[in-house]
Amino acid sequence: MSWQVFDIVGPIMIGPSSSHTSGAARLGKVVHELIGGTPETAEIQLHGSFAEVYKGHGTDIALLAGLLGFAPDDPRLRQAAEEAQQAGMTYMISCVDLGLGHHPNTAKFSVVRQGERLEVIGCSIGAGNVEIVSIEGIKTNYLDGKFETLIVMQQDAPGVVAEITETIAREGLNIAQMGVAREDRGERALTIINLDEKIPDDLITELACDERILWVKVLPIIY
Amino acid sequence: MGYAFSSGTELLDLTDKHGTAISDITINYSAEQQNLAGLDILGEMQRRLQVIREAIDLGMQHAERSASGLSGGDAQRLTAYAPDVPLLGQPVKQAITYSFAIMEHNARFGRIVAFPTAGSAGTVPGCLLAAAEALGKDDAALVRAMFTSAGIGMIIGNNAMLAGATGGCQAEVGSASAMAAAALTELRGGSPDQCFQAAAIALKGLLGLVCDPIGGLVEAPCVKRNATAIANAFMASDLALAGIVSNVPFDEVVEAMRNIGRSMPASLRETAKGGLAATETGKRVWCAVMGDES
Repeated sequence: MSWQVFDIVGPIMIGPSSSHTSGAARLGKVVHELIGGTPETAEIQLHGSFAEVYKGHGTDIALLAGLLGFAPDDPRLRQAAEEAQQAGMTYMISCVDLGLGHHPNTAKFSVVRQGERLEVIGCSIGAGNVEIVSIEGIKTNYLDGKFETLIVMQQDAPGVVAEITETIAREGLNIAQMGVAREDRGERALTIINLDEKIPDDLITELACDERILWVKVLPIIY
Repeated sequence: MGYAFSSGTELLDLTDKHGTAISDITINYSAEQQNLAGLDILGEMQRRLQVIREAIDLGMQHAERSASGLSGGDAQRLTAYAPDVPLLGQPVKQAITYSFAIMEHNARFGRIVAFPTAGSAGTVPGCLLAAAEALGKDDAALVRAMFTSAGIGMIIGNNAMLAGATGGCQAEVGSASAMAAAALTELRGGSPDQCFQAAAIALKGLLGLVCDPIGGLVEAPCVKRNATAIANAFMASDLALAGIVSNVPFDEVVEAMRNIGRSMPASLRETAKGGLAATETGKRVWCAVMGDES
């Protein structure tokens, strides 16, 4: 990543650890935004250093705070377990070994909200910054909450990516970064597009009309 | 992108070209950044200064120990300590007091500004607030100095690392000390070159420092290492203003830090498996924190 001024003087956060508390809260917050609100059930698996030292850093409650939609500097983080109970979110946190390829501070989320199930793996890469490494088992790039991001799950078929970028061009938006990955040929594919401008609602509506597009989500910049 | 820089040499050239300070270049560069464009950059930094002040106030009000029992009460202890001959000097003592307040507040799940990380959050704010008081500088000068420190931090982050997990404590507290040394030097009227000399001298002094937190917690030795970084930063700033130069230029010191960080074993990179964390005391705390299950 490229460090900018408020990555150095920041983030504003609830302590004690930028990677194990603030980064964890941000990861939870990304998942909250992706599923469109507070999930009804959440299963979180902690890997590596997250699994080893989460207790003293409050990594567990920070993840819950994020899932509840709290920002990493929201003082309610400290009571996130009680807040989760009040919000009716049931959760289970366990430790797991996801294998060597994963960053030491990785969390795997399986969340359910209003009938939708979503699986997200993300890691806390230092100084409160995060990276989402997969959604629904499909590898993601450029997904870190630092841009207005369009996320499209589509059928792997000729012309779908062109359709998406053409629609974006018609709206006059500029693509800063983008990445595409798929399960397998002809299976589901995931497109991640970081934009310089705010994503208008009609762009989402227009894309959702295409029957080859399974769902469209927007991840706003997470401060 | 007239103000973009990726190294100390480039930043120094820009200050030369525009006849301005490191803070000005960092402010202008930030204003050019796509995802910061339109943001009131000076106002946002002032807001962060306010959060830092609140953290210090709350940290000073409380003396109780953290949940682990490893930290708490030292900010008040140092405030009460007033010997006839304070060998440390008032500004350094005050800077350390502020840093303890921030770090103790952090350990109690308080709200702080990572600067550049939570583990090193006391160093730059402590130095700058104490120096501004001693020198009679206003908030505008303080905010500018925060940008100076950020410019140095961006170069270190982009050319080496800022996380204990990747580069050891040198990357956190060492970087913070270099950032503080440069900012103190600009605050005191030093030239951009003197700021970089101060940053180089400060970072060199902490090269090789490992990250070995007891129980994996951001408390011991982190809180007191912020004090080490502060004394080191004041020293480096004085040396630079005296006209003393670093034999190895800043960019090469950063490169050395990166290489040292890369050759550090994992046990000394925030895993709580080596150094102070592996002492008898360290292991005892680990068992207590993890509820005796390991």
